[in-house]
Amino acid sequence: MRRGVRYLPVGDSALTVEFGQGIDRQLNALVMALDAALRARAVPGVTETVPTFRSLMIHYDPAVLSHAALCNEIDALDIAPVQDAQSGRLVTLPVAYGGVHGPDLEDVAAAGGLSEAEAIALHSGITHYVYMIGFAPGHPYMGDLPPELTLPRRRTPRTHIAPGTVAVAVGQTVIYPFASPGGWHAIGRTPADLFDITRTEPALLRAGDQVRLRNIEAAEFDHLMAGPASERFTIAEQSE
Amino acid sequence: MKPALFVQAAGPFTTVQDLGRYGHQAAGIPVSGALDPVSLRVANALAGNAGDEAALEIRLAGPVLRVEAARLRVALCGVSASLQILAPEPRDVPAWQSVTLERGAVFRAGFQPGGSTAYLAVAGGFDLPQVLESRSTCLRAGFGGLEGRLLADGDRVPLRLDAPDERTELRASGLPDLAPPSKIRVVMGPQDDHFTEGAIAALLKGEFRITRQADRMGLRLAGPQLAHRQGHDITSDGIATGAIQVPGDRQPILLLADHQTTGGYPKIATVISADLPAIGRMAAGDCLRFSAVSVAEAEAIHIANQTWIDDLLRELEPLRTDPASLSSRALLSKNLISGAFSAIDIA
Repeated sequence: MRRGVRYLPVGDSALTVEFGQGIDRQLNALVMALDAALRARAVPGVTETVPTFRSLMIHYDPAVLSHAALCNEIDALDIAPVQDAQSGRLVTLPVAYGGVHGPDLEDVAAAGGLSEAEAIALHSGITHYVYMIGFAPGHPYMGDLPPELTLPRRRTPRTHIAPGTVAVAVGQTVIYPFASPGGWHAIGRTPADLFDITRTEPALLRAGDQVRLRNIEAAEFDHLMAGPASERFTIAEQSE
Repeated sequence: MKPALFVQAAGPFTTVQDLGRYGHQAAGIPVSGALDPVSLRVANALAGNAGDEAALEIRLAGPVLRVEAARLRVALCGVSASLQILAPEPRDVPAWQSVTLERGAVFRAGFQPGGSTAYLAVAGGFDLPQVLESRSTCLRAGFGGLEGRLLADGDRVPLRLDAPDERTELRASGLPDLAPPSKIRVVMGPQDDHFTEGAIAALLKGEFRITRQADRMGLRLAGPQLAHRQGHDITSDGIATGAIQVPGDRQPILLLADHQTTGGYPKIATVISADLPAIGRMAAGDCLRFSAVSVAEAEAIHIANQTWIDDLLRELEPLRTDPASLSSRALLSKNLISGAFSAIDIA
């Protein structure tokens, strides 16, 4: 394993392997590389892994695997520094920006010295990267936003955020799969279901996905909502 | 009509739970599952089920249920749990044993003072679909269990069997010792280095009370202030059940089965797996203290604890007499037992 990596015990059934601090694509690439290497190794006793921004949480069965033995297993793994952590998927989600779907778009644009149209063009013009899924089932944290779209969380959280709401803060974009309160700036809404338990894989996005947000009009949002759920997003498998 | 357990009154927080849903935390899906898996496993064993069968988890106050099957064998397990048969003939049946009820029987699966978590297992199990390999209720996303929600008045929880196999009823050979340890044991970290020395000392010396903000996601505790060294935000990382996170108000939150899979507050310590069921049996107003153990010690305790649970499950024994035919009230009135003993002691 690499220098500077910390093994943090989490009780007797989990281990956090921390590669560094902060939100950083290079650190996240290491997280994803360790996750892939552990899967390939299929260490008996490892029950599941949870990739996050800059660390990998490894859940294990202490009756089968000890903390010390797990650390030794990880030490023996060859984690090649990868150029980028890509799941090989490009997911495209339609988003209706502003208006009732994105009540904070005006404030976000103004904070960055942009018009609403410029803010939309910027946000829908970049490829977003899913660092991790957390907070709620299927809830993605995506980066990285340009400085013009980077601002702190709202001073007062909204009490109701509609499912599918696309929101920004601290250089990141999230999409709320469920109605909930939320402290991020709501700039738009996708008709796609970020979580649907009737799908084989209920969470639409995975850590490592690339995501494009396609700017649509409110009328198209309504049209898509009236149509089949499977036509509200596209997933392209990319060759590596 | 399909065999079912009819819910006359649901109780405040009754859910379907098994041993949990594993392998989906990377998708943000909580593990869920029984807060007290020890009691769940004993209840299943008494009912003749596999240990991971789903049962009703009953919290704080009990539901009133009616048997809509030819016969139904049930077993209720939990600290100070009590099964009161209300109809056709009122009588009490002790917890920690199985009992078979006839169609139309109405019973309350609840608590005596001091109880707050119990499991009602039914022979053959509930006829509910597995969702992502588990029948546990995921309240956050509304799936699993019965329609992904708390039980409600008027529900019918479908049963797999219309009648159980004929057999002698079983009971645990003694009341399992489920008293909480005097101190809940924790492994320090993963972010203990984000806290002052005073905070670490306060965690291990102070007393913490469970506030009313307590549910299956976690318990907000009130006690000494746990000060951060610098700020209370970390870059979000993974959370394990038993983690003690400390937000800006410096009061700890002990995270339970329905916790978020990731979070951005530093976690000062993590309750060891062997002590989590004891936490699951606690309720608002209960007090707890913590002591630190090493990871190696926690692992040894885990393995010893598994042996203890296996012994509990092995030590079930047939009921020599059938207390279901005896009213404990009648026994008391005949002076056969003193009030200090439950019927289980003399059966």
